[in-house]
Amino acid sequence: MSVQAWTFVMVGISFALYIGVAIWSRASSTGEFYIAGAGVPPVVNGMATAADWMSAASFISMAGLISFMGRDGSVYLMGWTGGYVLLALLLAPYLRKFGKYTVPDFVGDRYYSRTARIVAVICAIFVSFTYVAGQMRGVGIVFSRFLNVDITLGVMIGMGIVFFYAVLGGMKGITYTQVAQYCVLIFAYLVPAIFISLLMTGNIIPQLGFGGELADGSGEFLLDKLNGLSQELGFDAYTDGRKATIDVFFITAALMLGTAGLPHVIVRFYTVPRVSAARSSAGWALLFIAILYTTAPAVAAFARTNLLNTVSDTEYTEVPGWFKNWETTGLIKFDDKNGDGNIQYRGAHSQVENELTIDRDIMVLANPEIAKLPNWVVGLVAAGGLAAALSTAAGLLLVISTSIAHDLLKRELVQDISEKGELIAARIAAGIAVCIAGYFGIDPPGFVGQVVAFAFGLAAASFFPAIIMGIFWKRMNNVGAISGMIVGISFTAGYIIFFKFINPEMNVPAHWLFGISPEGIGTLGMVLNFLVSVPVSLLTAPPPPDVQELVDNIRSPQEAGPPHELSV
Amino acid sequence: MTGNDKNRAYWKKNLQYLGILLAVWFIVSYGCAILFVDFLDKIRIGGFGLGFWFAQQGSIYVFVALIFIYVCLMNRLDKRHDTSNREEEE
Repeated sequence: MSVQAWTFVMVGISFALYIGVAIWSRASSTGEFYIAGAGVPPVVNGMATAADWMSAASFISMAGLISFMGRDGSVYLMGWTGGYVLLALLLAPYLRKFGKYTVPDFVGDRYYSRTARIVAVICAIFVSFTYVAGQMRGVGIVFSRFLNVDITLGVMIGMGIVFFYAVLGGMKGITYTQVAQYCVLIFAYLVPAIFISLLMTGNIIPQLGFGGELADGSGEFLLDKLNGLSQELGFDAYTDGRKATIDVFFITAALMLGTAGLPHVIVRFYTVPRVSAARSSAGWALLFIAILYTTAPAVAAFARTNLLNTVSDTEYTEVPGWFKNWETTGLIKFDDKNGDGNIQYRGAHSQVENELTIDRDIMVLANPEIAKLPNWVVGLVAAGGLAAALSTAAGLLLVISTSIAHDLLKRELVQDISEKGELIAARIAAGIAVCIAGYFGIDPPGFVGQVVAFAFGLAAASFFPAIIMGIFWKRMNNVGAISGMIVGISFTAGYIIFFKFINPEMNVPAHWLFGISPEGIGTLGMVLNFLVSVPVSLLTAPPPPDVQELVDNIRSPQEAGPPHELSV
Repeated sequence: MTGNDKNRAYWKKNLQYLGILLAVWFIVSYGCAILFVDFLDKIRIGGFGLGFWFAQQGSIYVFVALIFIYVCLMNRLDKRHDTSNREEEE
């Protein structure tokens, strides 16, 4: 069967599975809709969190990014996993003990302020929307490349599926669909990685093959070979760093702290039955994530070696089929500058002019074809990419609908709304959010991709310190927390806007503050947040006794009661 | 001990665990994988330089281990706290 036929089969089977799961697990109350009735076992929740977390960016883009960045790719690997340690140790158990549905609930109650709550709601909606637009775009790319449908139609099919199970099933439906999606995506990621590892190094475990010897009998280590190839063509050695150490430090920190502050991740820890389960489910989540995240750098190195081996100095008329396929999507561009009919792929240190531009996003999707794996594997990868994009999109849509129906309507605007009314409002909000996200997916504003990366910095500079201090420092009061958030977020946003939108030509290390790029500036924003919030808090009145009691209560080990009912 | 004292002792112990585990977290990710990466790269394990291995593999394994260690420590602490509470009630 052809690649396209296999892709239809794989995608069709996986979609049928998701819909089946959604029907089986639909929600009947607001508690089930928002937090799955707080009855999800930790391992299941861990798996769902992993699928929620690993987006189209993790599945499709990350290995490609790493294969072009070499060692510096570690900022993503560590940044997007290390945050879970903070989450498990510093946030999840206490937020579960607090026991209400959302991050704005916590911020609003802990800082006894409607302003703080509304600011938190707006931040949560903003972060979630930028994210979800990126996911829908990923869905569109997979559909158009592998199934030859128009991007618009592809996005609409994706919207339909997400609408069906997010709106019908709420958190309960999403959780169990995400479990299915995790299985699909991890299988789809590992199968080609194992195949390629076997082919190239003879080792079945990619994580080991990555550091192993090549299978061609030369006895050379894969990474040494890759370093040699890279330098020959004028690129930097693969295992060397290129960014300044301080920048790597700050970017990694911003991604870690941002991960721990993202609302769609935090909300998952409200769905487990007990405080201890919140801790262990963060552990399970990271374990399931680590399976993909330790495979990704191996895939990156394999793909890079294959790419350099295959395309460089090949005659253009002799290129393999995958090259032509991707060329028609515009994601590979060849420009025969010296007119010799050969492809010269060269790095910055080479005398010869580079003639090839390759979009980083295609490395994972093209990898099975480059390594000449069977067609069904290619179809499987397409289904996996869709699973990653859809599961994240659904989780984000739920945060948006919860923010609107619960945080805005129920807690602020229409406080006497009935449970049934709230559930209907939540479903309508989810439906509208799907449509807006779909629109962004079809017609993306140019800044979406960039904004997604910066959402982490903004979360690190605002939410993270407010939540941490809310738990670990009883003396932190509302004035301190709000002023800290305002300083942190305006400094970070100002720096990013200046370098990315006002003066992009100045966006080079020489002009950066302490050599920190806009991607890493959120860490400095967080430091400023602490520096402002602590003194301001000490200079103003301490929080009232009932808030101090609340803090004592979330710290104490007595079990959290059953999940909160809606009459809070 | 009163319930309050016990809660305070529990919290202190928790902070102690957090301090140690987060120190390990920091040393592995920011130390081994970022600040001292070039130095550690001089040590080779198979095809990996040690620094590169920490940056792209090792740190992630350590993160997973840290969370599960914390889970075990806290489960034990919870249990001890629980039994001492029950003894008091009797």
